[in-house]
Amino acid sequence: MNIIVCLKQVPDTETQIKIAPDGKSIVEDDIKWIMNPYDEFGVEEALRIKEKFGGEVTVVGLGPKRVTEAIRTALAMGADKGILITDDALEGSDSLATAKALTAAIKDLDYDIIFTGQRGIDDDLGLVGASVAEFLGIPHIALGIKVEIADDQSSVKVHRPVEGQTLVIESPLPVLITAQKGLNEPRYASLPGIMKAKKKPLEEKSLADLGVDASEFGEAARKLKIIELTPPPERKAGKIIEGETPQEKAAELAKLLHEEAKVL
Amino acid sequence: MDFQIPENLRMMQETIRRFVTRELEPISQQVEQEDHIPEDIVQKMRELGLFGLSIPEEYGGLGLGTLGEILVYEELSKTNACFRSRIGTNNGIGSMGILFDGTEDQKRYYLPKIASGEWTACFALSEPEAGSDAANVQTTAERHGSYFIINGLKHFITNADVADVATVITVTDKQKRARGGITAFVIEKGTPGFYRGTIERKMGLRGSHTAELIFDNCRVPVDNIIGGEPMIGQGFKTAMRVLDKGRLTMGACALGASQKLLDLCIDYSKERVQFGKPICKHQSVQNMLADMATEIYAARQMLYHAAWLRDQGKKVIKEASMVKLFCTEMACRVADKAVQIFGGMGYMKEMPVERFYRDLRLYRIFEGTSEIQRLVIARELTKE
Ligand SMILES: Cc1cc2nc3c(=O)[nH]c(=O)nc-3n(C[C@H](O)[C@H](O)[C@H](O)COP(=O)(O)OP(=O)(O)OC[C@H]3O[C@@H](n4cnc5c(N)ncnc54)[C@H](O)[C@@H]3O)c2cc1C
Ligand SMILES: Cc1cc2nc3c(=O)[nH]c(=O)nc-3n(C[C@H](O)[C@H](O)[C@H](O)COP(=O)(O)OP(=O)(O)OC[C@H]3O[C@@H](n4cnc5c(N)ncnc54)[C@H](O)[C@@H]3O)c2cc1C
Repeated sequence: MNIIVCLKQVPDTETQIKIAPDGKSIVEDDIKWIMNPYDEFGVEEALRIKEKFGGEVTVVGLGPKRVTEAIRTALAMGADKGILITDDALEGSDSLATAKALTAAIKDLDYDIIFTGQRGIDDDLGLVGASVAEFLGIPHIALGIKVEIADDQSSVKVHRPVEGQTLVIESPLPVLITAQKGLNEPRYASLPGIMKAKKKPLEEKSLADLGVDASEFGEAARKLKIIELTPPPERKAGKIIEGETPQEKAAELAKLLHEEAKVL
Repeated sequence: MDFQIPENLRMMQETIRRFVTRELEPISQQVEQEDHIPEDIVQKMRELGLFGLSIPEEYGGLGLGTLGEILVYEELSKTNACFRSRIGTNNGIGSMGILFDGTEDQKRYYLPKIASGEWTACFALSEPEAGSDAANVQTTAERHGSYFIINGLKHFITNADVADVATVITVTDKQKRARGGITAFVIEKGTPGFYRGTIERKMGLRGSHTAELIFDNCRVPVDNIIGGEPMIGQGFKTAMRVLDKGRLTMGACALGASQKLLDLCIDYSKERVQFGKPICKHQSVQNMLADMATEIYAARQMLYHAAWLRDQGKKVIKEASMVKLFCTEMACRVADKAVQIFGGMGYMKEMPVERFYRDLRLYRIFEGTSEIQRLVIARELTKE
């Protein structure tokens, strides 16, 4: 089983996001970058499949040089090799262009399954996985929370949550699956794993290396334009229930839930 | 000048940070109460590679340099100190004697077991009559042909309760002592005449134990001398090299704990309201926060710098003592302020602050007291 995992580097969920003066991007100076958590589920699942069936796990990342760190983290978790697509012309690309570049890097590799995260926690668009599958002409199963490979390794069953139910979808291989929370509990990159990762192959590829036309990428080629970023509205201060006794406080709370919040 | 931490070490910091947040911190108060680290957590620490940080790769460790090791220690010290203590002897005093001065056979036999954490190693130097004055050990090793008979009592030995193997410092020539009369042995648990004594009751570091080790006509072959026959009488040098190395790591432990306390204080002082505003708006509290942060900053720079010097192959005897002295004294000042900022809550067991306050107090005492560090620094400054 050869598996490819696409990964993105995103700001840590604990980072305070600040909007840049241009009003269309964020200030990147003090951001701590991490592997997109949904991609981490993909890496973990790929490693588990590899441990069971053998084969190789390749991680493919795209973006500036700092993305190397996310790729190395995946290598430290146990992936075998990494590819970083990096090119100044990629700066400002939208999801479609990203998917095109990933497709170009993946198409000649030998793969049975491709994992991507169901979405990036930064842009929250969820387009890349489906687009890569489309460009490669392979089936796409979204939001996998369980992946079962058939014993003869020719097909896969993917569980996907729908409104409290589970939909089980079967597909021949190769297939692209997007990983959803619940798929697994990703392992840590162990310290020996981190030491070994230093010696694992990590290739860098430019758009020219991939044989694609640079004019299809970057800010100018965007089909989706960002007009403006605005911060979420400030949260209103909470309300502290006053009262002398628990009984009084409970009565006051019930009253407010009924009259103000209108939930009772 | 380059102050960048290499990528692989940053990844390690991240791994430890996660491990601390997900696995250790949630049970840190439980461990404190029960005075015991659950075995499954020790197993996870083994799987993560925490027992073999500085042991070279050829002997099954990670082969981290000084900077790598102190960064791991710094992160790991942001929770209950007993976790760091559990891996501390394998990475430091329990294994380094064998690594520095052991024979190739000893290294091949012991180090991989210690690096994996399958075995726990401890270091037995201190005795009732020999604390700071380490050369005054009374535990004797007497030669009988190709054997030595060991008699004596060690105390305050960290991880002695769980140790499978001990580095034991003995006197083989009472006239010569530090100058050719001290000998270091490696002795396995179960050797006849080698027993564990009482587990001592301490102020802090609950979850990690120190105990006595008793030698009652314990008979060991010459092969158990660290470095073999040629190292008879050379054990004082071995012991000093081992302790030298530990000074930077002790600094890192003190630093990590201090940083954690500062972070806790910043959060608490923003939330705790007295006199109608968060206490972080009161100038006296601000002054404490500012002093804590400034000292922590200074400590970190000197620690990283000394680690870097050592990784360049430089001798850092003076610097390492300065780091141990400053970082551990600084940490106690920080802990004192942290208790103060938390007010009455800082004195209560519900909060980790009082635990840090007790645990940090140790760092000024073991692996060379503050006074002994000053002695070393001054000796280096004034030597001809
Ligand atoms: C929790 C814990 C764990 C320990 N773990 C280990 C271990 O694993 N292995 C091990 O071998 N030991 C261990 N020790 C022992 C530790 O190293 C000693 O406690 C330490 O070296 C101090 O020795 P002492 O307690 O005998 O104090 P003393 O040496 O009696 O010192 C008492 C006071 O006198 C001062 N003093 C002594 N000599 C001088 C001098 N020349 N000039 C100025 N001041 C001086 C000291 O600084 C100190 O303030 C541990 C101790 C503790 C508390
Ligand atoms: C063991 C123990 C026994 C006690 N016994 C009693 C008792 O018998 N009866 C009783 O009534 N209480 C008792 N107390 C409570 C004790 O008096 C309070 O803990 C103390 O007054 C501090 O209040 P606090 O803990 O709420 O801290 P806080 O008032 O929240 O103080 C937190 C920090 O903010 C600082 N701070 C607060 N306001 C200002 C300001 N305006 N300017 C500058 N700094 C400020 C404080 O100095 C402190 O450093 C006891 C507490 C303990 C720990």
